[in-house]
Amino acid sequence: MTNSVPDLLPDLAPDSEAVACRDLRKSFGSVRAVESLSFALRRGELLALLGPSGCGKTTALRLIAGLERPDGGTIHLGGRLVSGPGVFVPPNRRRVGLVFQDYALFPHMTVERNIAYGLAGRDDRRQRVAEMLALVGLDGLGGRYPHALSGGQQQRVALARALAPQPDIVLLDEPFSNLDVALRRQVREEVQRILYEAGVSAILVTHDQEEAMSLADRIGLMFDGALHQLGTPRNLYERPASRRAALFMGAANLVPGHAHGAVARTALGEVRLIEPCQGAVEVVLRPENLVLNGAGDGAAAVVARQTYTGARQDVWVALRDVPLSLHVTCRAGAPWGVGQPVSVRADGSALAFPASPDST
Amino acid sequence: MTQRRFALILLAVSLPLAALLLLPAGYLIVRAGAVEPERAIAYLTRPGTLRVVGRSLLLVITVAAAACAVAVPAAWLTVRSDLRGRRAWTVLLTMPLVIPSYVGALALVSMFGQRGTLQGWLAPLGVERLPSLYGFWGAWLALTLFSYPYVFLSVRAGLRGLDSALEEASATLGRSRLATLWHVTLRQLLPSITAGALLVALYTLSDFGAVAIMQYNVFTRAIYLRLSLDLGLAALLSVVLIVLTVGLLAAVTLAERRGTYYTRRTPRPPRRVRLGRWQAAAQAFCGLVVLLALVAPVGVLAHWLVNGLQQGEALRDVLAPLQRSLRAAGLAAAVSGLAALPFVFLQVRAPGPLTGLLARGAYLGYALPGVVVGLAFVFLGANVLHDLGAPFGQTDYRSLGLLVFAYTVRFLPQALGPARASLLQVNPHLEESALTLGRSYPRALLSVTLPLMRSGVVAGVALVFLTAMKELPITLLLAPTGYDTLATRIWSASSEAFYARAAAPALILVAISALSLVYILEPDE
Repeated sequence: MTNSVPDLLPDLAPDSEAVACRDLRKSFGSVRAVESLSFALRRGELLALLGPSGCGKTTALRLIAGLERPDGGTIHLGGRLVSGPGVFVPPNRRRVGLVFQDYALFPHMTVERNIAYGLAGRDDRRQRVAEMLALVGLDGLGGRYPHALSGGQQQRVALARALAPQPDIVLLDEPFSNLDVALRRQVREEVQRILYEAGVSAILVTHDQEEAMSLADRIGLMFDGALHQLGTPRNLYERPASRRAALFMGAANLVPGHAHGAVARTALGEVRLIEPCQGAVEVVLRPENLVLNGAGDGAAAVVARQTYTGARQDVWVALRDVPLSLHVTCRAGAPWGVGQPVSVRADGSALAFPASPDST
Repeated sequence: MTQRRFALILLAVSLPLAALLLLPAGYLIVRAGAVEPERAIAYLTRPGTLRVVGRSLLLVITVAAAACAVAVPAAWLTVRSDLRGRRAWTVLLTMPLVIPSYVGALALVSMFGQRGTLQGWLAPLGVERLPSLYGFWGAWLALTLFSYPYVFLSVRAGLRGLDSALEEASATLGRSRLATLWHVTLRQLLPSITAGALLVALYTLSDFGAVAIMQYNVFTRAIYLRLSLDLGLAALLSVVLIVLTVGLLAAVTLAERRGTYYTRRTPRPPRRVRLGRWQAAAQAFCGLVVLLALVAPVGVLAHWLVNGLQQGEALRDVLAPLQRSLRAAGLAAAVSGLAALPFVFLQVRAPGPLTGLLARGAYLGYALPGVVVGLAFVFLGANVLHDLGAPFGQTDYRSLGLLVFAYTVRFLPQALGPARASLLQVNPHLEESALTLGRSYPRALLSVTLPLMRSGVVAGVALVFLTAMKELPITLLLAPTGYDTLATRIWSASSEAFYARAAAPALILVAISALSLVYILEPDE
């Protein structure tokens, strides 16, 4: 998972934050949706707020857009205080573009009128609408009504409408969840291109880690209304801050072991640790960090189940001496069959977290 | 302007509005409470009053039962059997709904009355007079014939929402077709039958026209007759009637809520039962109902119209009442449509205990029979408006303004329902999009929400207009002297047995009400 986009960004001045949230709080009745959320979005950056449903990421987006009033904390947009003690700038004066999960296109207006909606009172309306249609590749469809468009096209109209008034920042709430899987990857790349061409800072909310990793410059991982970890996709995948983060960022085997500094002793033998540790631990081993062999080299196991997905093969093996099942990814066409004895070993070094039941 | 500030402004508008809507019922209750307790108890427990209560209950129960007996088979035939001409029968069987009860009762009397048309036909056979139609049987017949479509429509909707997979499951589990009909189909239909029957009960309890013409002394007529004798006792009776109506309304709400469980999923189109040799009997059944409830009344009215024209009744006499009806109903519809908006916005977009209470207050009109609303305003007029107007030489409190106000109190709920439904269908994200695109909240509503609500608001306004056109007791009690409308014209003609004079306005009313079918009949099949 390499991510080259940050390298393309111009040098950042430290105070050039497009969005800065500090200690943001919001409850609905007794439900605390967002609790002391703090983060900053750099100009031109695409940040993904990633987390399970109900973690408060959509509420965070609505607070930034001004659709909800925070119970506490501050929000700065481009250095301007828009929400804080005694200050609340309404959404129509925030210069924030918002793309809803359901697109929220005005059903009684054509595509053109939808895009022109945010351009009231501007002389260059016509020209701007044409530019936007060209940007999202919908030239010639301006006279259509939203219901006559496909899901992917509606999505692009929603993006064009949000970008038309040249907002300082664009917020996207689960923008791809209404598209079928086949279309999703294509639209994702398209949206990424449009956002970079428009040169706009953006926050994307999603519960899909693959989506967040493939799109975002940085990912803010949210649990229980607060930011858990903020970093590049690679950083989050390879160096998760907790066991929970490790599990959320992708499939992982948690292998119990005993750490002695740079090495942990486990059922798979000794595993080198990225960060030294002591005592009972759980070692995080991604399926691609495990290697299967015919015999000898590693712990003895039996193939319990396997699935074939074309590009690769997922194999689940049961260790012979310990009640532990491991998920291993192999290249497609590997010769393993159910019931076959194999041996497993760890490849490379791994992260370990202290093994306590409530470890975070 | 933010959404919060806009909601506050709406609240400031709708609070006094709600107070105005509650004023008549509130005043009535206050006046009823002012009757000395001993006198109130003596009046409420004397045999005459108890007979009124008994008659009302008898009529409500028998009409509801008869309506079900007619409507459930009719609904089943049009939805689930291969009855020939199903679509036409559906429309024809729904049509009696458009005949105002007093018009229908008048038609029945002029047809089957002691010296009605039928007697005229039978006279050559030596029939001097027919048995009297007045009293219970006449009221029962009229109310059944013109209210059964409520059950018909409700059961039809239930049948169409029914999942035929359940019946198939019953069949595969070894039950016979009859057992399935009884254990599965009818059981599932029970909520829609109940909902329809309760609507009929509500209609019967609050009806004034049919019982007045049939001279059957139930609550509404007793209140109307009491009016000129003792306002306090009339108010007392009204409060009892309101309590009964509220009870029925609560039952309707409960039944409708229970009735929704099977309409959630999209069912497969039902399998139609082949009638075979029963086809002719089914046709005869539907034909008889339509003959009695639609063809006979309209035919009789047409007959009287022709008679009248031959005897020199001038058709243009009806133009001025028509204009007055249109003006009063039109104003009421416009006022209701406007007044509905703040309530609906608050209820849907700013839900909370206060706005919920406000919205419920606006629905009060449903619980107030026309005669009660009329009485409340007569009370207010005679005691409050009269004193206010007297110094200015205004001694008659009755005015077009008061009439429109009373219509609005009674019919506002009909505008609220469709407006609320249409607002519920507008995704709040649309307004929020408009906000983030730089529009203020009121402008977002004007450019996005209101255009999308248009069909609902128009439907509500149309319904208010059409029902206000037909309203009899409120018009009788509150129309200014000389403000003769179609409804009052029919009323006075019928009380003087000038059937020919009532025919033209009655037919006009029926024709105008028929327009409301557009909103009642869902596009189907």
